[in-house]
Amino acid sequence: MFFCTRLSYVSKQTVYLDYAATAPMRPEALTAMTTELATVGNASSLHASGRRARRVVEESREAIAAVLNVQPRDVVFTSGGTEADNLAIKGIYAMRQLKDPHRRRILTSPIEHHAVLDPIESLAESAGAEIQYLFADNVGRVDLDWLKTELERDSEQVALVSVMWANNEVGTIQRVAEIAELCAEFTIPFHCDAVQAVGQLPVDASLVDALALSGHKVGGPIGVGALVLRPGVNPVPLLHGGGQERDVRSGTLDTPAIAGLAAAIVAANGDMAERATRVRTLRDDLVERVTATIDDVKRNGDPDETLPGVANLSFEGCEGDALLLLLDAAGIECSRGSACTAGVPQPSHVLLAMGIDPQTARSSLRFSLGMDSTQADVDRVVEVLPDIVARARRAGTPRSSMGS
Amino acid sequence: MKVVAALSGGVDSAVAAARAVDAGHEVVAVHLALSRSPAANRVGSRGCCTIEDSHDARRVADVLGIPFYIWDLSELFETEVIDDFVSEYALGRTPNPCLRCNEKIKFTAVLDRSVAMGFDAVCTGHYARIVDGPNGRELHRAVDPGKDQSYVLAVLNEEQLSRAMFPLGDTHKADIRTEAANRGLLVADKPDSHDICFVPDGDTAGWLHNRLGDAPGDIIDATTGELVGQHEGAYAFTVGQRRGVGLGRPAADGARRYVVEVDTATSTVMIGPPTLLHIDHISGDRARWCGPALTESTQALVQVRAHGEAVPARIEVDGDVVTALLDESLRGVAAGQAMVIYDDTRVIGSSTISRATRR
Repeated sequence: MFFCTRLSYVSKQTVYLDYAATAPMRPEALTAMTTELATVGNASSLHASGRRARRVVEESREAIAAVLNVQPRDVVFTSGGTEADNLAIKGIYAMRQLKDPHRRRILTSPIEHHAVLDPIESLAESAGAEIQYLFADNVGRVDLDWLKTELERDSEQVALVSVMWANNEVGTIQRVAEIAELCAEFTIPFHCDAVQAVGQLPVDASLVDALALSGHKVGGPIGVGALVLRPGVNPVPLLHGGGQERDVRSGTLDTPAIAGLAAAIVAANGDMAERATRVRTLRDDLVERVTATIDDVKRNGDPDETLPGVANLSFEGCEGDALLLLLDAAGIECSRGSACTAGVPQPSHVLLAMGIDPQTARSSLRFSLGMDSTQADVDRVVEVLPDIVARARRAGTPRSSMGS
Repeated sequence: MKVVAALSGGVDSAVAAARAVDAGHEVVAVHLALSRSPAANRVGSRGCCTIEDSHDARRVADVLGIPFYIWDLSELFETEVIDDFVSEYALGRTPNPCLRCNEKIKFTAVLDRSVAMGFDAVCTGHYARIVDGPNGRELHRAVDPGKDQSYVLAVLNEEQLSRAMFPLGDTHKADIRTEAANRGLLVADKPDSHDICFVPDGDTAGWLHNRLGDAPGDIIDATTGELVGQHEGAYAFTVGQRRGVGLGRPAADGARRYVVEVDTATSTVMIGPPTLLHIDHISGDRARWCGPALTESTQALVQVRAHGEAVPARIEVDGDVVTALLDESLRGVAAGQAMVIYDDTRVIGSSTISRATRR
């Protein structure tokens, strides 16, 4: 029994199933990045070292643009997905406000990542924005009729629409093309947080007006990302300074990280179909065997239209953090799938928005598989999980564990 | 053993966890999030459960090389400790929330949860000793009389004690700080926390006023029956208190006035000279035994405050009701406080005081 022998703090055989939190660096990215880290050059400098760095940045930009079906000039490098989302939302809102101060409404879904929800909420607090949450159904898909109705109601007052490509907690893929079409019909800018989709699914960024991506979710480095902008969409900058990235985003370009990001995106694009098939097979095997061997397990999210590696499961009668502790002790790393507020785990806002009750939401875990996941990883989870769930169920919930 | 070490972010629990690791146990650190809306930073020695505290706890776990988790027990803490605190005060009683927290949170909710998950014990930084005695496990005072916390643990039964671990009971506080520094723990110089953790500014009366609102009433001199003033809520008064009795002039007998009785039913606060505070007959209910229950009349020591002195008394027990006949009188004993019964350094048990009178 794993637990009876030893709590393995630093497991010799860690089973890493938290790719949606961060994915291991791809070797291609590591090589590209380390090469650049050892080389001097500010991409804005005019001398040879600067030109060399600039060439790396521009070739990276071109490579990413080609994968995403946009022009290189459309790609704006940022410090990550969060900055890209903030720049899109705050910058486009400000851009729209400058042209027409009546455009205050922001339409978004309640299942967005906090990097989208929080800048919108901050605009509501400080810049007069009115938030309109779209309805997400019980698998986490945004209701298009609802969006249409909201747009028809008074499209004159809508500043922007922000809906993610694929959900980070449950994996559900949105109907991005249809949302884009609706927004185009009303000429409303559509921002799409594609942090979880890029590298996992074919992403055509030319469909949308703004698209955020992150390096470390695709096997690139942490601390770099990009915002892809349709020509004519000129967000008001958040960061002012040296005027890099055509004045939309100042700051010395991080050549090593950008090189790593491009290498990862290109590599991920190259093996996407094969990897998706393999990862999906493993994920489906995990879900099938876990639900077959453990009672009262429920899968959250759309079973079909979903990211290949994500499985969000609720284990009725447990606390997710008890499961995490015991899985961690067994060397299995996954996640509650929700951000921590003030260090205290909260029930996932995504699951709650899908109509799942708070207790079930608290009992949920996200397993996310990726490139290096193996059948042995899945077998290990299936082997230890029944005992872990039994223990966690005995531990109950803090609210119900009271004797008297 | 597999041990859950409760890490508050302070120096005591840090050294306790370190000692548990040294003893060869497999230790997992757990920080209890007890506040619904934690403040960002600790201000001096006030409050606890700030985000800074959870960060400090995490860094201790890093240094010790043990896993770290945060358990959210804020909802339970609210219902079991804070609500109880408020309703006790509303009844004119003076509860000790630390005892309540140890009984209901740390050594019930956390312990039960840990045991169910496969752990053998819960380790805390309390200053108390657990000793294997002839009749099983015994709870004893810490060797540092200034830090002894056996009083707030006197609600634990033998079963709970058998799964509790207090590695600091044999050491003086000053040595714990030195040890923490030697171990490279950054919390070595962190101030001790005092007061009630969920009343961060220390203003209990103001905090209660926010929860309970205005309940104005009379302040009456118990010796003369004279109405001497008004108050905004009897719950803000505790037997033995002198501050805030609102006496603008000396009493006729020249003696200082203290709160001698609080009656929230009529919202009346009785004040009187210190002689009226002297009591020598205490009755309590909710008897808790840290080992075999007392069944016959016993000569023992009783302590009625966390940092009070233990005084000799004859203890009588009738089911859940405990009576202490003190050899000498004590001053200012409020209902709701715990009466903890000692045999020398050993904690026999405790009871919640319901009445304190003069024979």
